[in-house]
Amino acid sequence: MKDWRYRLSEHRGTLLAFVFFILMFVIYASNHPAGFTANVVQTAANKGVLLALVAVAQTFVVLTAGIDLSVGMVFVLTNCLASAIVVGSPAMVGLGIVGVLLTGLICGAINGAIVIYGRLQPIVTTIATGAVYFGIALAMRPVPGGDVDSDLSDALTGRLFGVLPVSLIALFVVVLVIWVPFRRSAIGRATYAVGSSEVAAYMSGVPVQAAKFFAYVLSGLIASMAGLFLTFITASGEASAANGGSYTLYSIAAVVLGGVSLFGGSGSAIGAIFGALMFRTIGDLLFVFDLDPLWQPLFQGVVLLAAVCLGSVRLFQIRNRLDLFE
Amino acid sequence: MNTRAGALWRKVDPAVATAFGCIVLLLFLGSLYSSSFLSPEYLLQQLKVASFLGVIATGMMLVILLGQIDLSVPWVVAVGGMMSTAATGWGPTGEAFAIPFGILCGVALGFANGFGVAYLRIPSMIITLAVNAVAQGLMVVHTGGFSPQDSSSAAMRFIATGHTLLGVPNALLVWAVVGGATVFLLSRTTFGRAIYGIGNRERAAYLSGIRTQRVVLLTFAIAGGLSAFGGVLLAGYASKAAQAMGDAYLLPSIAAVVLGGASILGGRGSYIGTIAGVILITLLQSILSVVQIEEAGRQVIYGAVIIAMLLLYGREKVAR
Repeated sequence: MKDWRYRLSEHRGTLLAFVFFILMFVIYASNHPAGFTANVVQTAANKGVLLALVAVAQTFVVLTAGIDLSVGMVFVLTNCLASAIVVGSPAMVGLGIVGVLLTGLICGAINGAIVIYGRLQPIVTTIATGAVYFGIALAMRPVPGGDVDSDLSDALTGRLFGVLPVSLIALFVVVLVIWVPFRRSAIGRATYAVGSSEVAAYMSGVPVQAAKFFAYVLSGLIASMAGLFLTFITASGEASAANGGSYTLYSIAAVVLGGVSLFGGSGSAIGAIFGALMFRTIGDLLFVFDLDPLWQPLFQGVVLLAAVCLGSVRLFQIRNRLDLFE
Repeated sequence: MNTRAGALWRKVDPAVATAFGCIVLLLFLGSLYSSSFLSPEYLLQQLKVASFLGVIATGMMLVILLGQIDLSVPWVVAVGGMMSTAATGWGPTGEAFAIPFGILCGVALGFANGFGVAYLRIPSMIITLAVNAVAQGLMVVHTGGFSPQDSSSAAMRFIATGHTLLGVPNALLVWAVVGGATVFLLSRTTFGRAIYGIGNRERAAYLSGIRTQRVVLLTFAIAGGLSAFGGVLLAGYASKAAQAMGDAYLLPSIAAVVLGGASILGGRGSYIGTIAGVILITLLQSILSVVQIEEAGRQVIYGAVIIAMLLLYGREKVAR
């Protein structure tokens, strides 16, 4: 196979997600009653970046052929924490941000340690740790409230030069500082190898446990960034089980729409980001067409169902019936 | 005699034994706090509450035995409850068919899940998520657009809250019937053995002549029906149906199955284990609320206990 064709097939999921997102966003923006204005883009970007960050956090774990059902709860926990400690003098705010990120890191490390060294299945482990994280969040914020440094939140949710949403730039920076070095590092490659086949990776001398652990830790870190960003948007903290649950589920949907394989070892965080943005746009499409909001959840569900069924087109390429079962 | 006892002992799954041991330990700890934890009334009440989770976890167990997962439980439960109460509002005929109608709606959603997993080869985690979203959308339109009746029929209340013989709650009898049927299905029918076979390795099951896709489809349909039946029972218990009624049942049902010693990877697990897991989860939740720990503390302890118990007996072998 020629080099470019190989590369194309490797990034097919990411590219498809990108194309579909652009398509949907064009439909969305061109039908928006307010038109394609900076305001519309800014609102859409803030909502999209929130889910995109959670989806990136999910991606790291999914790449190792695991799943993180606690990602939404880490998001909620760090939101509650940020609403308490990211206020006051600049030094306090700085320390607070470090504290929030550190909390996410620790949550990820706990998940990773139990999965890797405790040898429990990721799905049940993260269900249980998710309950623990949510409990802590609830202890911190029995009722919604709190505050966040307003200068910082205005800056991060606003626009640069009056057009470019800062949240998008922040997301870009996160990708540039965390994802790209990760993808190119030895440990990043090891994560992909472990996700493809743990046994083969072990046989080839890949540091299996370190790679998995690192992926879980990064996942927790990014989830805490999402929690921090939510605090900047809402300027308060809320321990909402519904919020945590739906962000967990949406992150899985976004990851799949973004072309990341749930079986591990293939896909990229960039795909997941476009998957998340696409998922958000789907949800908003109904509003611009001015239909009854009553139909919005059904519409979103049907589009999601249709999108995941599209993946089955590959079945037409299967020649041997046995290949179905792998 | 000695060897027979030994053979019997070897047949006992250590995971199931540990789960039952944990139940006894929980009851013992509870009785230190208050002796009413050992009263027959309290225990029967707990078994009644456990029946709802038990019926839902039965469906979850069948799906987990296949090596799949069903994340559509929350809204399939809600569909079961809401459609049966809606049918109750359609007059006497509707009221008579309320329970089967609710279950049938769940079976239909389960069919959608099963078709996606078996024939479209979509990972179950994704397709059940999507079906869950569709079910939610349908129910939102249903309540908002048609404002259906939400109070349950007399028959639903009877099977969920009534007593028949010797004060045994009907809900418990329902669970016993569902459980008995499941044990028969799993251990005495080719269908049940096929479920285990597919859970171990679908390819091998297919090559040995099992029509695996049909088995998967039917299993998901049964699971959907059981989830909806759980919703019918819950609606009868609370005498009305509500939109978020199923949200609290997804994670406990998975936890109950896994605490009962079933492998989340499929192919291994027994129904007696699921019974132990369901009772364990119900008792844990009940004791935590009786000793008046705040919701936050309850969540933390709940999660920590699940992890601790799984670390006791749920660890995987080092696969190398």
